[in-house]
Amino acid sequence: MTNSKGRFGVHGGQYIPETLMNAVTELEQAYEYYKNDPEFNKELTDLLNNYAGRPSLLYYAEKMTKDLGGAKIYLKREDLNHTGSHKINNVLGQALLAKKMGKTRLIAETGAGQHGVATATAAALLDMECVVFMGEEDTKRQALNVYRMKLLGSKVVPVTTGTATLKDAVSEAMREWTSRIDDTHYCLGSVMGPHPFPTIVRDFQAVISRESREQILKAEGRLPDAVIACVGGGSNAIGSFYHYINDKNVRLIGCEAAGRGIDTFETAATVNTGRLGIFHGMKSYFCQDEYGQIAPVYSISAGLDYPGVGPEHAYLHDIGRAEYVPITDDEAVNAFEYLSRTEGIIPAIESAHAVAYACKLAPTLDKDKILIITVSGRGDKDCAAIARYRGENIYE
Amino acid sequence: MSNIKKAFESGKAFIPFITCGDPDLETTAKAVREMEKNGADIVELGIPFSDPTAEGPVIQGANIRALAGGITTDKIFEFVCELRKDVKIPLVFMTYANVVFSYGIERFMSRCRETGIDGVILPDVPFEEKAEFQSVSKQYGIDFISLIAPTSNDRIAMIAKEAEGFIYVVSSLGVTGVRSEITTNIGDIVKVIRENTSAPCAVGFGISKPEQAKAMAAVSDGAIVGSAIIRLLEQYGKDAPTYIGEYVHEMKKAVLF
Repeated sequence: MTNSKGRFGVHGGQYIPETLMNAVTELEQAYEYYKNDPEFNKELTDLLNNYAGRPSLLYYAEKMTKDLGGAKIYLKREDLNHTGSHKINNVLGQALLAKKMGKTRLIAETGAGQHGVATATAAALLDMECVVFMGEEDTKRQALNVYRMKLLGSKVVPVTTGTATLKDAVSEAMREWTSRIDDTHYCLGSVMGPHPFPTIVRDFQAVISRESREQILKAEGRLPDAVIACVGGGSNAIGSFYHYINDKNVRLIGCEAAGRGIDTFETAATVNTGRLGIFHGMKSYFCQDEYGQIAPVYSISAGLDYPGVGPEHAYLHDIGRAEYVPITDDEAVNAFEYLSRTEGIIPAIESAHAVAYACKLAPTLDKDKILIITVSGRGDKDCAAIARYRGENIYE
Repeated sequence: MSNIKKAFESGKAFIPFITCGDPDLETTAKAVREMEKNGADIVELGIPFSDPTAEGPVIQGANIRALAGGITTDKIFEFVCELRKDVKIPLVFMTYANVVFSYGIERFMSRCRETGIDGVILPDVPFEEKAEFQSVSKQYGIDFISLIAPTSNDRIAMIAKEAEGFIYVVSSLGVTGVRSEITTNIGDIVKVIRENTSAPCAVGFGISKPEQAKAMAAVSDGAIVGSAIIRLLEQYGKDAPTYIGEYVHEMKKAVLF
């Protein structure tokens, strides 16, 4: 495999049609140039600080800490970013890069709608055309986000193929990119797909751990004992982990969506139930059958409802540097309600998976231990769905 | 010389594609025999994949129908074995990386050789990733067929130099499917290919009408047609093989001129 680029151990690579190869090479070259360009970095920092509202808070969750009676809990508040999630960190970076490359049009996939909304927002701000692909099933689960994208001037294309969820939205966005490359940048929303996307998205999301490291050192004078984040494709998790990877005493814990349980077929816990495969441009772990057909996965959370995981997570799992734990729908919904009630913070149902694991872990640790949970997004978008999950018949 | 290269020796080639098991393997078998009888030089056999990212809606539909009917890679190998009792023209698998990877690359290529498959086309395995597959296919005498796209530009020579079997020239941007017009200058691409390899090249993506096949074959060594055949299967189901035979006859006649 001498020619293969973008490897994380055996994972990663560029498994894409020949039609796209020059496009990803062009992207790689542009990124290699602009990531060291002071002007580009100045513009991006300005957007992140003065438009998206960074740095995001590292909040000491005192009531939650006392209630759980163990480790001290901090929340990295990505939910406070403009557009309500961590997705904006990556999107501002990619949209600015695309603009420098002379692209005038952004396309994106979205699951819960957070990445779609972030992309639509950046497109509005930077005067770019925007088309978002979203599984038809998800357009129903997240109708409010569909409206937000349209309000921001984007076109939303409901995808009806396959399971009509996130993986099908990615497939359709890839198909669209092969048919229109010259003026179009595919603004991929997670640390997945062909090289250089897993690296680009990670670098733009690494701002999360760059800040949290400084913030915790300032607040506690030391590094945390564990960093906990939810994992679908894995962008907020890799961003939360990145600047701690070399600090071997910091446990890195990714929380996967187990859906109705990892012993059922209705799950999206890729590291826990999948095996090595090649899909959507990368080699990594995927939920699949014995013949390599991609499995129709399930989670209450549209943002984690994906049959694969980013190649760097697959690698961190292989070398034992990060742990990946399954969290069921029930556990996530309980945590969604718990954080709302205890701290007055409504987390995205995706982020609630990380909160759920912290609720299990914290009481088992001494009071001098420190946990950081990344609250990757706000939960307003999920309220109607959770109410329905609890049997309350409300509609948005 | 590989059987695939030989298939181009008697003039311009016509290469039809069919998805195995759409709507069932009996129909696929009849269709392949009709194709051979009516002048097909090579047949591309699609092994269905759940998420075929290089396909347009027509072939996506064929993949879904075939998988819904319970088709598996093992059933397709058994089917090829049966087909090889009388079908003589080269047969090439067209599928996705994960189908081969998941089966085990070694096991897959070994089964190809046992059953009489001559080559494989994996649209999601570009030049940079092919070594993992080609190093194994080579050992079993299976041609690893490369694709060249309208956007390949400076990559054409590199790909052509390592070509095996034939080169699949993608006529247009986008996914598979019928197009009313092909605007890429195929002649220019073929010229660079010819400077770098003796392997023949056939043009696919978007071809459905005899005039298009004729025009594409005129500037290359042959034409590949997929979606137009799948449409006949959509329309006629189990009765499609006769219509497919007539269609192949007409298309082969067109490329020879």
